[in-house]
Amino acid sequence: MAVTGVVLIGFIVGHLVGNLQIFQEPDHINGYGAFLHGLGPLLWVARIGVLVAVGVHLWAATSLTLDNQRARGADYGCKHTIQATAASRTMRATGYIVLAFLVYHLAHFTLGAAQSATFKENLPRYTMQGDYRIAGFLVIKAGTAEVPDVYNMVIRGFQHPVVSACYIFAVGLLSFHLLHGIDSLFQTLGCRSARWSAALRKVALIFCVGYFLANLAIPGAVLLGKLQVRPPMCVAVPR
Amino acid sequence: MVAANTAKTLSVTLRVWRQASPAAPGRFVDYPAANVSTNMSFLELIDVINDRLTVQGEEPIAFAHDCREGICGTCSCTINGKAHGPGHGIATCQTYLRSFKDGDIIVVEPFRARAFPLVKDLVVDRAAFDQIIQAGGFVSVRTGAAPDANAIPVPKAAADLAMDAAACIGCGACVAACKNASAMLFVAAKVSQLGLLPQGQPERDQRVLAMVAKMDALGFGSCTNQYECSAACPKAISHDFIARLNRDYLQASVRAAFQPVSASTGGGAG
Repeated sequence: MAVTGVVLIGFIVGHLVGNLQIFQEPDHINGYGAFLHGLGPLLWVARIGVLVAVGVHLWAATSLTLDNQRARGADYGCKHTIQATAASRTMRATGYIVLAFLVYHLAHFTLGAAQSATFKENLPRYTMQGDYRIAGFLVIKAGTAEVPDVYNMVIRGFQHPVVSACYIFAVGLLSFHLLHGIDSLFQTLGCRSARWSAALRKVALIFCVGYFLANLAIPGAVLLGKLQVRPPMCVAVPR
Repeated sequence: MVAANTAKTLSVTLRVWRQASPAAPGRFVDYPAANVSTNMSFLELIDVINDRLTVQGEEPIAFAHDCREGICGTCSCTINGKAHGPGHGIATCQTYLRSFKDGDIIVVEPFRARAFPLVKDLVVDRAAFDQIIQAGGFVSVRTGAAPDANAIPVPKAAADLAMDAAACIGCGACVAACKNASAMLFVAAKVSQLGLLPQGQPERDQRVLAMVAKMDALGFGSCTNQYECSAACPKAISHDFIARLNRDYLQASVRAAFQPVSASTGGGAG
């Protein structure tokens, strides 16, 4: 659980950083999308890696839960919790909801099965107005045409308040799931001691709140009208 | 000085799990106890009820107890859903009726775990802990004259920490309190009390691997890091020892995988 958890935390942080480029000119997130798709087989290696991590995380959670239920045997008539946190006691419920959201999220922005009218493959193509660079390296040149318009897809997707609410709710639960997950993985891997356990809890809390707020920013900005759909071929004017 | 509340009494109802044998169906039975002293210990209350049951010709409540001063680890009830009752860092035998309110219904159950099969009423068989100790919870020494007390230097910090772990009385409250019936705190304490000391080093790796394997084989659950165990422990043993156990286990597993093994071509060390 801990090892796959570390892989998945790494993925969601990278995913968030990539997504936050929506607050820059459309060249950034569209260039980023084109770059990822341009990776070809490497993209599939990464995708399969993440899916395997999700699969192993689910398998470990399921087999451990079944083993643990067997280990209890007859249950108590009167139950009492002394100090277990709410996050730790709701891991299974939050996990199920986040999994359901993950399926919907892939159908929405990766496969185009949900809200297909606003899916990137069904929107007019975008032409890069400037160079897209990652760490100074030129990856997508200015003038590259036929780039999927991720920018407008995301904004049009989030303009639906119910869709945005689902995203905010699911990411909130994921952050709550991580609150126990991060604290717990250090214990499982043996990297926790009384000396820094209080600091670790604070770091986990700050990470989770930060992760939630950063994710909230995208649908929040769209709903508040801060991010607007742009005509795909327009010349980007720096604000 | 006599406590000010010596004369205080209260009336409570014990709702006790009664089960004649492992195969028989169990059920809760209510036993009212009127005007009992608040200074009476919880086990004494069961004694009083048992006296009454015996006089009435009924089967008394079977419960485990021995020293009644919190050092043997024999008493084991789950009281109102909490292993060893409402107090922190004390066993059932150190729980007094002043911890309860007049008119309370107190639910008393045995420790619940598949690895601790029920014997009768509130008594469970905790021999699984003995089997874990047999798997590696010891230090092999050559017998002979007692060694000089200070022959082996032990750092003060290691000695103190080893003593914290050695405070474990093997009562099983950690298993009872854990939602997964995991024995991680018990195993962590027993692995650490020896692994922290120089005498425990030669068998350190095989000890942790064998004890964890035995724990798993006996049907205890796994740790999901909720730390109910350390909160319920009558000796307040910290779950930091579980992190230490996990670290020890990982290191031992890696070492076991890469350690060269003697082919004993020279006949071995004898």
